[in-house]
Amino acid sequence: MKNQESWQFQGPLKLLKQRAFLLAKIREFFVGKNVLEVSTPLLSTAGNTDVQIEMFQTQSIKPEAEKAFLRTSPEFFHKRLLASGSGDIFEIAPVFRAGELTPLHNPEFTLLEWYRLDFLLVDLMDEVIALIKQLNDLMGVAELDVEMISYESMFQEYAQINPFQIDLGELRRRCEHGGYVGSNLSRTEALDFLFALVIQPQLVSQNGRIKGVMVYHFPIEMAALAQAHPEHPEQCLRFEFLWNGVELANGYQELTDAKEQRRRFEQDNQIRAEKDHIELPIDEHLLSALSHGLPVCSGVALGVERLMMCLLGQESIQDVMGFYAENS
Amino acid sequence: MSVYSTSQFKNGLKILLDGDPYNIVENQEVKPGKGQAFNRVKIRNLKTGRVIEKTFKSNEKVDAADVMDTEMQYLYTDGEFYHFMDPNSFEQFEASETAVGESAKWLKEEDMCLVTLWNNVPLTVEPPNFVELKITETDPGLRGDTSGGGSKPATLETGAVVNVPLFVPEGEVIKVDTRSGEYVGRVKK
Repeated sequence: MKNQESWQFQGPLKLLKQRAFLLAKIREFFVGKNVLEVSTPLLSTAGNTDVQIEMFQTQSIKPEAEKAFLRTSPEFFHKRLLASGSGDIFEIAPVFRAGELTPLHNPEFTLLEWYRLDFLLVDLMDEVIALIKQLNDLMGVAELDVEMISYESMFQEYAQINPFQIDLGELRRRCEHGGYVGSNLSRTEALDFLFALVIQPQLVSQNGRIKGVMVYHFPIEMAALAQAHPEHPEQCLRFEFLWNGVELANGYQELTDAKEQRRRFEQDNQIRAEKDHIELPIDEHLLSALSHGLPVCSGVALGVERLMMCLLGQESIQDVMGFYAENS
Repeated sequence: MSVYSTSQFKNGLKILLDGDPYNIVENQEVKPGKGQAFNRVKIRNLKTGRVIEKTFKSNEKVDAADVMDTEMQYLYTDGEFYHFMDPNSFEQFEASETAVGESAKWLKEEDMCLVTLWNNVPLTVEPPNFVELKITETDPGLRGDTSGGGSKPATLETGAVVNVPLFVPEGEVIKVDTRSGEYVGRVKK
């Protein structure tokens, strides 16, 4: 496979059929539930302020704007559709994140994103598990077991700390014990460290089956576009699904409060400025849509190449892509 | 002192950590979808040879270790230090027993070695991949038996012991691969 010339599709051609089959089955899943397939623009005048994500920039798409951006997710357009009255929607389409190239990342990849009206977080978690289980039954190479666990319980079980109560000094000591060296970590960074480097590697099945973990109720500082937990203000209504420790999907019960969303975007831009990252134009259309009224809904984004990698038992998304950064 | 960003991390890069020089032997980027990215590295302590795992925040700066690989000629040992000379500058360097380590048994005067200098002091010494050394002691072989099959230990002029075919006699010069410690062949003079 590695002996192929770089102009060629890298890997066995049956990957093309496997991908087409996977996409067809995903569409079947949603059509059966009356979720409408939509297409939304890849280019936008507005940016995604997320501090950990870098956008590709390009020439302007309208006279009065300086430049445009390749989207990192279709989320903002989807919410504008929902506020316009679209009802349940899904999209399978490319997104772009500059500078991301590892065995689990490619600067251009495919997201499956969908939104369900009147779904609470738990309803959407159930649907994500149902979809992944169904696809695994059709294509997978091993049996999938799924555990549902809160962020708090996960830290208690796999890192022996309470992430909401531990003091920052002790938290930093835990990170050093786990091999961290460098400048002092903030509370959120330290929790990210323990999650990614201490907990995730433990979430791999040892018995030849696959360990799926649905982790929910992240700290409010990691909410992004999720609602705060109504009873526990230190938590938010966000989940992630992990497949043998690999992050496959990230979902929210969506924030519908335009003021709070603007505050979070502005706070992101402030952190960006402190870190010498470029500040990004806030999506005023999205905020107008939220002001107009976003119905109660939950939404999730799932990485299609990662899903395919997992279903086929591969270690890198490059094993299922054929064309990726190196030969694009 | 120069610094590297973690985005420059790659195998073979030499960094300084807690005052010791390390060589990066594995670099893995760990990037959550939403959250701080990290670089997890496996690094070898160039003084002790020990490999450890550490994790840096992505885009942080890390001190570079002022480490330089130089081809040098091995001169002699005075019993305590091994003396080397840079053939370009004619500058001489003393390497400690710790720095020379296992390589000592392959060192023959005038051979070229790879000496790694840290702050201008030899940190490690690597012998040439192939050395030609004389057998100083081995059992008498079966004369005329060149069919292979069977070997015997032979002590070389530098003290190293290697397995050689039965027909190779004492006094012979042989070629040895220092990476595997294996006999390659006889050297025809």
